[in-house]
Amino acid sequence: MTDLPNSLRTGPDARGHFGQFGGRYVAETLMPLILDLERHYRAAQADPAFKAEFDYLLKHYVGRPSPLWFAERLTEHLGGAKIYLKREDLNHTGAHKINNCIGQILLARRMGKTKIIAETGAGQHGVATATVAALFGLPCTIFMGAVDVARQQPNVFRMKLLGAEVVAVESGAKTLKDAMNEALRHWVANVHDTFYIIGTVAGPHPYPELVRDFQSVIGDEAREQILEAEGRLPDMLIAPVGGGSNAIGLFHPFLDDADVEIVGVEAAGEGLDGKHAASLAGGRPGILHGNKTYLLQDDDGQITEAHSISAGLDYPGIGPEHSWLHEIGRVRYEPVTDAEALASFQKLTKLEGIIPALESAHAIAAAERIAPTLDKDKIIIVNCSGRGDKDIFTVADALGVAL
Amino acid sequence: MTRFAATFAKPRTALVAFITAGDGNTAANLDALVAGGADVIELGMPFTDPMADGPAIQAANLRSLAKGTTTADIFAIASAFRERHADIPLVLMGYANPMTIRGPEWFAAECAKAGVDGIICVDIPSEEDAELGPSLRAAGVDLIRLATPTTDPARLPAVLDGAGGFLYYVSVAGITGLQQAAQASIVDAVARLKAATDLPVAVGFGVRTPAQASEIAKVADGVVVGSAFIDIIAEHGDAAAAHVEAFTRTLADAIHGAKEIAA
Ligand SMILES: Cc1ncc(COP(=O)(O)O)c(C=O)c1O
Repeated sequence: MTDLPNSLRTGPDARGHFGQFGGRYVAETLMPLILDLERHYRAAQADPAFKAEFDYLLKHYVGRPSPLWFAERLTEHLGGAKIYLKREDLNHTGAHKINNCIGQILLARRMGKTKIIAETGAGQHGVATATVAALFGLPCTIFMGAVDVARQQPNVFRMKLLGAEVVAVESGAKTLKDAMNEALRHWVANVHDTFYIIGTVAGPHPYPELVRDFQSVIGDEAREQILEAEGRLPDMLIAPVGGGSNAIGLFHPFLDDADVEIVGVEAAGEGLDGKHAASLAGGRPGILHGNKTYLLQDDDGQITEAHSISAGLDYPGIGPEHSWLHEIGRVRYEPVTDAEALASFQKLTKLEGIIPALESAHAIAAAERIAPTLDKDKIIIVNCSGRGDKDIFTVADALGVAL
Repeated sequence: MTRFAATFAKPRTALVAFITAGDGNTAANLDALVAGGADVIELGMPFTDPMADGPAIQAANLRSLAKGTTTADIFAIASAFRERHADIPLVLMGYANPMTIRGPEWFAAECAKAGVDGIICVDIPSEEDAELGPSLRAAGVDLIRLATPTTDPARLPAVLDGAGGFLYYVSVAGITGLQQAAQASIVDAVARLKAATDLPVAVGFGVRTPAQASEIAKVADGVVVGSAFIDIIAEHGDAAAAHVEAFTRTLADAIHGAKEIAA
């Protein structure tokens, strides 16, 4: 073992488990394929050329490193800890999602797969996937719930412009969960030539691990940037959690720094008593979409519908590593409602001239709650996981403004 | 002798019939399957997210759940079936979450109590056997494993380890109800599987017609038909039983006679 003893960064185990969570709960048809994916990923990890190409694309195509912005006006307004924003919103395509897509399409090419599929909710991951598919000249099919297709027309059009085929999924509740079911169904029937780019740290092993690794560039950069700006590590990290990819990307490089408090923000929708998407606060462990994790479900294990104003957080599960970090108590997860996120969306826009994604606005809202309780010499890094241009219709609608 | 062993010891290929619990009049449809000549019953446990199923069985799952079917209802259907039909093997087929949510021991004990002979869990591959397998085996309930066109020779021993009842060969890499496999690929696969196990081999996915079923029945120990029954139930609703029985009979005739014709 070369790993440090007591490190929280060594998971998952050889079978893809983080404690009791994670694993490979897939149909037998897919099993040989995900074992093959794991073999190729291990080879890629050991290949300096893979890392070099990934880094090159992140720098010259995505525009990394993303800045770490000291939000001085927000800090003054709240009157407590200093708030820094990790500006993933400035990436090409407007969110952190592209980091992962670059990594996975390089894997797809390595494996000789010639077709790309992905699921999407708000369309952010769909746009990022369609973007890298265009860049690599591979045909791409995006599965999206019919309800989401109707409410995210601009992203649907973007994907089509990028050359992707968008399949409106009519099964189930016609949202993200159903899009993922349909992508899995398509994949099972096309395993020989198709690579499935999963958009978050969920799904069967090794997806939660490899998506985390590709997204960890966020935390690696933030660590370097805060050391340069402040000469020390932050006191707290805050990130929104849908499946949990932007959050784990920020958190993972800091997991072994015991003095860094870590807060993940779940979407509490209308409140935890009403419709929400807070799998940890309102769910319990179960098995869905290839992994064991906290899920919103009834007593019989039927999955219940999630709700959030933010389409990217509107999912009844959460990545398995988050379930584990929750159970061991390393990360604290807090709920933020639609109304709180909507208020923070407007506040950040007015104070900093940054329109955050509604997902990111959940993390801003948590920071607004926490920062005033901390001394002024404390430092918080908040992940601004994406930009809010995609959300202006939703926000206008919520505010009763006709566009 | 277990019900599976007794059934597969007969000198004819078995018709394995699948319907979804709680979709239509399940008790009447089960009786119709038996009356029509089905040898093994697979009762689908509805799930909100049936990832391995095509449109027909997806819709059946949702129809059943919309009517409020619970896990308790499914075990009640199974127990009542067992009281009416002492010898027909009964399999519950479904997804991991409803099967494991109260713990695998609970599920295994309920299966044993209800007279369920075997379980097919779509999304627990042999790698995750600990989730359900040990509890089922301890309770004397067979865990029926799936082999697929992508199951390579290196994996097959792991798939067979801990398997019971029969081996279910999923003849297409895909979901239920859509494509059908080429007969030659089925012949090859069944030969390969039978060389590796003493378990009976049943072939399913995409089998819809008596003609197809009789071809497969020449080489397999069982032929599984599902979506075609589901379509009948979707069309005729609570009045489906007579139609189910008539269709079962055409399938059973085609399957039961296949080996004699072949010989
Ligand atoms: C900007 C943004 N942030 C966060 C998320 C949530 O996903 P994850 O939890 O995987 O980061 C999304 C998903 O669409 C997103 O677009």
